[in-house]
Amino acid sequence: MNALTSHLRKYSVAPVCHDIQINGQLVGLHDSGVLWWPDESTLIVADLHLEKGSSFARRGVLLPPYDTGATLEKLAGVMDAFDPARVICLGDSFHDTGGSDRLPATYRAMLTTLQLGREWIWVTGNHDPIAPVRLCGETVDEITLGPLSFRHEPIEKIGFEETAGEICGHLHPAARIRRFGRSIRRACFATDGTRLVLPAFGALTGGLNVTDEAYSLIFRRRKFSVFMLGNDRLFPFTASRLVGD
Amino acid sequence: MDAPLLPNRFQSWFASRGWAPRPHQLQLIDHLAQGHSTLLIAPTGAGKTLAGFLPSLVELEARGKRKPGQAGGGIHTLYISPLKALAVDIARNLEAPVSEMDLNVRLETRTGDTPSHKRQRQKLNPPDILLTTPEQIALLLSDPASARLFSSLKTVILDELHALVTSKRGDLLALGLARLRRLAPDLRTIGLSATVAEPEDLRAYLVDQPNPEGRAFSHAVEVSGGAQPDIAILDSEERLPWSGHSSRYAVGDMYSLIKAHNVSLLFVNTRSQAEMVFQELWRINDETLPIALHHGSLDVGQRRKVEAAMVSGALRAVVATSSLDMGIDWGDIDLVINIGAPKGASRLAQRIGRANHRMDEPSKAVLIPANRFEVLECQAALVASKRGDQDTPPLRQGALDVLAQHLLGLACAEPLDALATFEEVRSSETYRHLDWETFERVLDFVATGGYALKSYDQYAKLRKGEDGLWRISNPKVAQQYRLNVGTIVEAPMLKVRLVRSKADGRRTPVGRGGRLLGEIEEYFIEQLAPGDTFLFGGEVLRFEAIRESEAYVSRAKTDNPMIPSYMGGKFPLSTYLAEGVRSMLATPSSWKHLPDQVSDWLRIQQDKSLLPSKDGLLVETFPRSNKHYMVCYPFEGRLAHQTLGMLLTKRLERLGARPMGFVANDYALSVWGLGDLSLQFSSGRISLDELFEQDILGDDLDAWLAESSLMKRTFRNCAVIAGLIERRHPGLEKTGRQVTVSSDLIYDVLRAHEPDHILLKATWNDAAEGLLDISRIGELLARIRGRITHTELPHVSPLAVPILLEIGKEAIYGEAMDSLLEEAAEELVLEALK
Repeated sequence: MNALTSHLRKYSVAPVCHDIQINGQLVGLHDSGVLWWPDESTLIVADLHLEKGSSFARRGVLLPPYDTGATLEKLAGVMDAFDPARVICLGDSFHDTGGSDRLPATYRAMLTTLQLGREWIWVTGNHDPIAPVRLCGETVDEITLGPLSFRHEPIEKIGFEETAGEICGHLHPAARIRRFGRSIRRACFATDGTRLVLPAFGALTGGLNVTDEAYSLIFRRRKFSVFMLGNDRLFPFTASRLVGD
Repeated sequence: MDAPLLPNRFQSWFASRGWAPRPHQLQLIDHLAQGHSTLLIAPTGAGKTLAGFLPSLVELEARGKRKPGQAGGGIHTLYISPLKALAVDIARNLEAPVSEMDLNVRLETRTGDTPSHKRQRQKLNPPDILLTTPEQIALLLSDPASARLFSSLKTVILDELHALVTSKRGDLLALGLARLRRLAPDLRTIGLSATVAEPEDLRAYLVDQPNPEGRAFSHAVEVSGGAQPDIAILDSEERLPWSGHSSRYAVGDMYSLIKAHNVSLLFVNTRSQAEMVFQELWRINDETLPIALHHGSLDVGQRRKVEAAMVSGALRAVVATSSLDMGIDWGDIDLVINIGAPKGASRLAQRIGRANHRMDEPSKAVLIPANRFEVLECQAALVASKRGDQDTPPLRQGALDVLAQHLLGLACAEPLDALATFEEVRSSETYRHLDWETFERVLDFVATGGYALKSYDQYAKLRKGEDGLWRISNPKVAQQYRLNVGTIVEAPMLKVRLVRSKADGRRTPVGRGGRLLGEIEEYFIEQLAPGDTFLFGGEVLRFEAIRESEAYVSRAKTDNPMIPSYMGGKFPLSTYLAEGVRSMLATPSSWKHLPDQVSDWLRIQQDKSLLPSKDGLLVETFPRSNKHYMVCYPFEGRLAHQTLGMLLTKRLERLGARPMGFVANDYALSVWGLGDLSLQFSSGRISLDELFEQDILGDDLDAWLAESSLMKRTFRNCAVIAGLIERRHPGLEKTGRQVTVSSDLIYDVLRAHEPDHILLKATWNDAAEGLLDISRIGELLARIRGRITHTELPHVSPLAVPILLEIGKEAIYGEAMDSLLEEAAEELVLEALK
């Protein structure tokens, strides 16, 4: 182990999912924040925001440089458990356009190892509108596979044909519930059964509460559910039970 | 000691006002003339501020008239106060003697409100006397011009020193003083302070500490106490509440007191108490006496109006929080009413000092305890006041996050020599404990983040040159520093804006653009649901929604707010008063000073259970409503009790006792669960000595800290002060919270990957003294070893009633919402007495 990886820990992950249907397809929500599509042996992960720490550091905000390592290690644990044939990274995989270039060699090697023997698709996002450099994988703006479409930002329409089966990221959904005068806030999946927003997977990524106006452009008010990420399980709630920040 | 000390011009000025210079004023001139730094301890009204300035005025007068066109010689005297309002106030008061004596002295203020052109001019053409705040000193010292600006500095006056040194601002100031001493080696300091427990600490703070082994001290001048204050505890006809902090029972008494005096100042501990008392007073204000409200969350304009009305004598009473505690002369107050627990003897003394600014007349004060335990606390404070005892906290050890900020500032001013700076920093009393290794790590943190993983060298803020000196890597770093300077990290606040209610069945969206009422803590709003009502600014408001950084509220149609807004006092019970309360409890002969209701209560406790002993710990266990309770009485303050409660619950869980929750107040701590705790203890299955073993501060604490929101809040403050994350600036805030990096996430990542990081060390130091109060738990556990008394009771004891009543009012931990919540207070009380 060298200095870059000595701080990393092994994540062990059980490939147990919460199954739901999106546009008629059976998909599994996992408590790590990834989506598992068993019929296609495809793993979908959103908003990795790799090299966010160094992105801030360039501007003089010296955040801990451990976010890329932490994110990749967690991703490696998930890959170990599911062993997918295909991986779709749903945009904002790097925090800025220079991120893939800055990626330290050790992490580049880790990522390359994860890519071995699988199809790897980079969907572009607003943070990383171009293909990552010196990395394998196909780069697309969006991709449709059967009844599901994968893109970074959701189309801001409700109930149209093109939004059915949409799997997206970008919003970093988080939800808050309150009970007995205490409240708890977690990242979450958000879905109305026709489309699904994935939580951000990256270690230094915050969340935007699903009660925010931004979600009213993609879900009918209070007509959606969230699955909050817990330890080893998900906690489902209907939107009407949730509170704002 | 008279004529030579005070020039004629000053003597005749004193004479013309019919005054004579006071001995301590002359003594101070004498000490300073001989080059000695001096601490002046005097009660309010002793002419302390004038005494502080006289030596400088005398020296400046001797300098003679400046020739026209001759440049000023740099700043002669710095006056530093904790409040910018105080600096402005003092400047105004000082202008009178300066012009009346026709002294050729220019004095100016410099605060965050000073316009930038004036600040610029002050750097080019500095005044003789500059009145300012610790933050401004830090800013000036980060300027490349600082060496020139301060090279002829002779005197630094530190006002309200006792208040300054208890916080991180005191650390920042200590570091600033160390630098000022280097720039102006002949510098003398004057500390102005109220009476404190350890004057030696302040005397050491004022001077250079050249020797790491022994302490050096300044001279000291002490003015003895003035007249004994006339303090009484309210003897109300009303029934004394068992718990709570509202003092609502005594509002009638308060009103009578206000009527019987000219101007009263009513001090409370929290904003929400202020709101409640103010509202209740106006409810019974049949004579419509002018009674006003003053707390830090109110709109600034509104506060200024109240202050002006107070000075002009237009008010009969002001209900205030500590926002009015300090220094400024609010005119002729003839009564201070302290509502709720005093929390500390010195705190109380300083509040009472607000009344009657003439030291030869006694200040008059009435203490109004909000519940029975607070009666004991008030009585202990009364005894302390009679004896003149003080319980100001000991001097802090300088914080590492403040040091990080300071080092960056120094590097902005000039290339930094690590070793010389280390010696300079250690020459301040506050940082004398600092070792080289820690200093290096802090410097490394400033330069590149201080991570074991050295990946940020290319983004370094500071770089070491070939000459061995550290320089900022680009001018932006200095800009960043200036935006982040200071040690006050406000809890995130939301603006409160009045809108029309949605409750009237209007289907339109909440309207925009009502009046701003002030600001409120974000964490308070977070626990509200739309439609909840609460008190703010003397009105009952209905919470409507949050839009961006504003909380929308409407006027509620009720007099009774739904959300009890007591959020817990900010100040924990002082160790000194806690000891007083414990010894009073253990000594029945002292109960004769207590109201009958309280001494009866204690006698029944003695009869039904046991009294807590002075140095031991009483643990009671009893069943109640299918649950089993353990109540113990450490008297170590709410913060320490909360931490201890969390640790005990964890440990009981591990021991298989299935605890369900706990609640803590300033005096006691209760843990409950489904298992029979009495049986577990009496059968010896769980040993109380083991439960309260000192090792509880080890692993259990560590495990809990990973999740503790208190720890995360502390980390956020450290990260902001140390410059790791940027301050939120009003107006410059990015919208949408997903854009900023949450300090909680940084904490998690850092804790997982580099638990020894210097910023986590700084956080731990803070938490141990602050929100978690771990040092006090350590002392408690050591004190009670082998002195734990367990008593098994058939039902709740009289002493336990207050803490059980807190369940449901204070936050409950663990599995909450049990049957207790619904049970009426009266029922509990009856049970205790049967």
